[in-house]
Formats: sequence, structure tokens, C-alpha cells
Amino acid sequence: MKHSHFLAFMAPSLIVMLLFIALPIGSVAYQSLFVEHEQVLVEVENCGPFGCETEARVDNAAMAELQETKPMGRFNGIGTYLNATHLAGNEIKAIWANSSSIGDALSGISNLPFYKALIFTLAYTFIVTPLCIILGFLVAVCVNTLPNLFKGPVIFFSLLPMIVTPIIGSLVLFWMIDARGVIGANLQLLFNDPQLSLKASPTLTWITLFVYGVWHSIPFSFVVFYAGLQTVPQDTLESSMVDGATRWQRIRYVVIPYLMPLAVFIALMQLMDNFRVFEPIVGFSAQANATSLSYQIYNDLRGGDSPLYGSAATTSMLTIFGVIILLTPVLIRTWHDFTRKT
Amino acid sequence: MASRTREQSIPLRTLCIGVVAVWIIMAAFPFLWTAWGSFKVEPDFMSRINWINALTGPRTIEQTGSAFSNSAYHGAWVDQGFWQAALNTAIVTVSVVVLSLTIATLGGYALARSGFKYAYWLLIIALVFRAMPHITLVSGYLLPFFELNIWGYLPTSIIVLVAINQPFTLWMLHAFFLTIPKDLDESAMVDGCTRFQAFRLAVMPVMWPGIVTTGLFSFLLAYNDFTVTTLLLSQDNQTMVPKIASFLGSTQTEGNVMFAVASVVMAIIPLFILILIFQRQIVSGLTAGAVKG
Repeated sequence: MKHSHFLAFMAPSLIVMLLFIALPIGSVAYQSLFVEHEQVLVEVENCGPFGCETEARVDNAAMAELQETKPMGRFNGIGTYLNATHLAGNEIKAIWANSSSIGDALSGISNLPFYKALIFTLAYTFIVTPLCIILGFLVAVCVNTLPNLFKGPVIFFSLLPMIVTPIIGSLVLFWMIDARGVIGANLQLLFNDPQLSLKASPTLTWITLFVYGVWHSIPFSFVVFYAGLQTVPQDTLESSMVDGATRWQRIRYVVIPYLMPLAVFIALMQLMDNFRVFEPIVGFSAQANATSLSYQIYNDLRGGDSPLYGSAATTSMLTIFGVIILLTPVLIRTWHDFTRKT
Repeated sequence: MASRTREQSIPLRTLCIGVVAVWIIMAAFPFLWTAWGSFKVEPDFMSRINWINALTGPRTIEQTGSAFSNSAYHGAWVDQGFWQAALNTAIVTVSVVVLSLTIATLGGYALARSGFKYAYWLLIIALVFRAMPHITLVSGYLLPFFELNIWGYLPTSIIVLVAINQPFTLWMLHAFFLTIPKDLDESAMVDGCTRFQAFRLAVMPVMWPGIVTTGLFSFLLAYNDFTVTTLLLSQDNQTMVPKIASFLGSTQTEGNVMFAVASVVMAIIPLFILILIFQRQIVSGLTAGAVKG
């Protein structure tokens, strides 16, 4: 294929990706250096029956004009990165100085908004991903032993949690775990505690979100493993049986090594998807007890009276940085493969 | 011989059936429960007295005279204008699928057929783009879109979704075109076709299975999107998913939750039908990347 042909075929795709993925990342980087205008205050003299007093008021006309001429806000350099809602250098120093033990300091730091979101995001990513790989494998092995007649319907229902819109799936579960819903009410009966609510305590909220995450992602790993199981070489299985391998040994030494590349693939996909966890927090209204990096950005854009573009952009930059760290092993591996090939 | 490797002892077999049964109940029960409950009134669906009321519906009988009431559906669809949101969703998803398939087919074909180094790097960059959380991109769009006065309209969201879809669609179609033998289009070119004619006359007729599978996933991405449609569409242009979220955001007046429940059920129905028809393609699509990658 000639270079010109390649370019002609790729052009439309390249243009949309450049305009709507690469450029916005640049725009986010630029925006993160700016911060909202300070409010323009005017002194107004208020005279009443008891004398005059001056009062500071926001000058709306001047604010509108400033917004018109400089929509980005004012330049703030890396100030936003360092402030209390992001990396919070000064706050960490203060917490470190004032706390008696390391545990004390860590719990103080984990209450800072950015670190709180980061910790939840990482916990979600690294708890849900392995769990869904293990459970998906278990379901796949079990479904594989069923008679063929049942396999189709089982796969059909298994796909539902993954295919359904994340926010809709989390709402469906949210209504069921409500104290007035079927699961919530039965949990109260089971633990004999009429006050029990999965929404009240941070720990229970986290567990609920993790359970949702696993529920949502099992189908993906199940289907991939199930398809992989169909291609496990029968000869190897047979010969291992001739050698006297037990059922467990066959799975451990033949099936699992054979499916390992699939597990790596699932892990990569799940890490990428779980790191952006966002919809379940909205669906479960869990923001009081659990926020993720994506939720923080959403909150900056939607939460207050006026959107905090600078703050959202800064969290976005830090998130993108996190994604790149997460992908580094993959990128290094591809680089090695690539240099070996050429 | 294959049957011998499948032989299992009775306890192990029971255990396996147990695992599958638990999983199927976990996967299917929430949807059946919600679908059943959507025909009840809120005091039954969210009963303060006994959760069994959601099955039998005593309050529903009291209020409407029958154990099944379609008041939630009527309220959501007609009074709350959910039909408009459904229409918007249809417009958005169809446009996204058509546009992203068109441009990604061309791109995926070029990536599969060129042996250049930069094609390889383009794929790696696409993978990095695929990993970007959507909300980080959306926070980059908002200010420029406000300035350009294109915020809030359906076409803006459509083009943004096409772009966000692109890395994934490119990867999938690239993998698919690799399975179509090179000889096919090369012999067409030997016969005097130009590159584009070879693509149109030799490759296009055999590429439809891959297009259908990729199209399904494009559809799902557009249909299930919350981030882009919530932040980039104005109130009047909302699609189904942000509309459902807005039922919950407004004050918790009685009945509002039932509108959300009914809309959730209506939003799931198309997905249900989709799996029913395309189960095989969805499974093969999920595994395509894995088996080859």
C-alpha cells in the first residue's frame, strides 16, 4: 500500500480522533493552568436611618465583561495542581507535622478530596479486576460442563449485566438494596437489625460498589474464557490424563497456562475500564462515602453554581497521568516486541 | 474420546450446577424483579411494610383496582416526555453507528493492509486514547463548545461519540480485516482495479460479518453513554440515559421514582432484543480481540 493511499483511507478517522481526542487533551492541559476570575467587588454605600455603612458587592456587569473578554479565566500556573483540592502539598505537610503516628497521618491524608478519590479509584480497580477474572473463570469452567441444551440460555442471561447501561444496572440494584427494597429488607431480617442500611456506612458503600463492579464485569471475562476453553487442545488434555493427572492438575497445568494470554487481555481491558469508574457512584448516589477521580471531575463541572473548569481540568490531567502509568507495562512490552521484530 | 475428558464425579457436577445457578439468578433476577415491580405503585415497589407487597401489590389494587398498573409507563412516556428522549436516543445511536463504521472501515482496512511502522504506532496511540476516561475529554470540550456556540445539540454529541468510539472500532475492524486474505484485493488490483475499487468490489462484499459485530459494539457504546450525553446535551435534547438520571435528581416526590423504574425497563427492552438476536455476534466480538491479540 502506498503512503498516499494509506493517508487517504485513514484521513477521516484521523481527523475526528485529532479534533475530538487529541485536541481536547491539549485543551485540558491548557485549561488546567487557568482559574476562575476573582470576583470584581465594588464598594457600595448603604445609607439608612442609622447612618451610612459601606458594603462590598459583586459587580455583575464587570464580571460579565471580564468573562466575555477572557473566557479562560486568569492564569494560575501550576497553582491549581498544588491547592487543597488536588495535590495539597501544604495540607499534607501540616497533617504530617500535627499527627502523632503514621497511621494518623495517613488517615488525615486520605480525607483530602483528591487522595480520597484516588484511593477509592485504585481500590476499585485492583479489587474488582482480579475478582472478576477469577469468578468469570469459575463460571466458564462450570458452564462448559453443562449439557449443550442449556449453554445458549445461560450465556443469554449472563450477558445482561454487562450489556445493560452501567447507570441503569446500578439503579436496578440500588432500588433492590434500598431499606424498602427486596435485598435491603431481607438483609435487615437476616442480621436482625432494622437500622441496617447499605448506604449509611462508607465500608458498606464501598463493598456495594465493588459487588456491582464484579457483577457488571463477570460476563466479559466469562465469555472470553468460555470461548478460550473451546479451543484448549484435546490432545494435551488426553496425554495428561494418560500420565495420570487428576482433574485439578489438568486445570492447573494444562488449562490455566493455555488461557493465561486471555487473562492478560481481560486484565488490560478491565484495568482501563475500572479506572474510569464513575456511573455506579451516580447510580448508587454514593458520593458521600465514595468518590472516584472521574466523579471529582463531574462534580467540578456539575456540582456548584458555576462550573470549575480549571479544577476539573487539573483533576483530568492527573487522571490522564494515572492512565499512562497504568498502561506503561503494556507500552514497554509492545516496545520490546516491536524492537525485537524489526 | 472428547467425552472422557468431560466425565465428572457427581459432587463436582452438583457444585458446578450450583455455581451456574447462583450466577444466573444474580444476573437475571434484578431485571425480572424490576420489570415486575414497574407495574406496581411506589408504596408497593418500595414497601415500608413488607417486601412481598412488591410481588402481590395490595396498594396497587387499592389505588387502581388491579394488581397491574401501567400508570408509571403512562406518566413517564406521555407526561414526562420520555418519548422525546427515546426518539433522541434513536437518532444519536443510528447516526453514531453509521458514521463510525463508515470512517473506521476505511481506516481499519488501511491499517490492516499497510506494513508501515507508523500504522503500528497509530494502533498503539489508539489504545492509549481508548484508555482515556471519557469525562477527562468532556472537561476539555465544554469551554470550547460554549465559545463556539455548539453546546447542547444532538449533532455535537454524535460527532463526539463517533470520535470516542473510533479507537475501539479501528482496533476491531483492523483485527477483522487481517482475517480477510490479502490476495483477494491484490488480485483485483492486478486485474486493473485501483486501491479504492479493489476495496469496494473485492473486500466490501465479504466484510459484512465483521461490520455487523463491530456495529453492535458501536451501538452499545452510544446507547449506554452517560458522561457525554449528560454533560453535552441541553435539557430539551436529552437522550434516555440522562433523562432517567434527571428523574432521580429532582426532588423525591412520590411517583417520580416509578417514572424512573418504568423508563429503566423501557431502556432495557431494546438491549434485551439485541442480545436475543445477536448473541452469537456479541460473543464472537468479545473474543475477537482476545484470541488474536
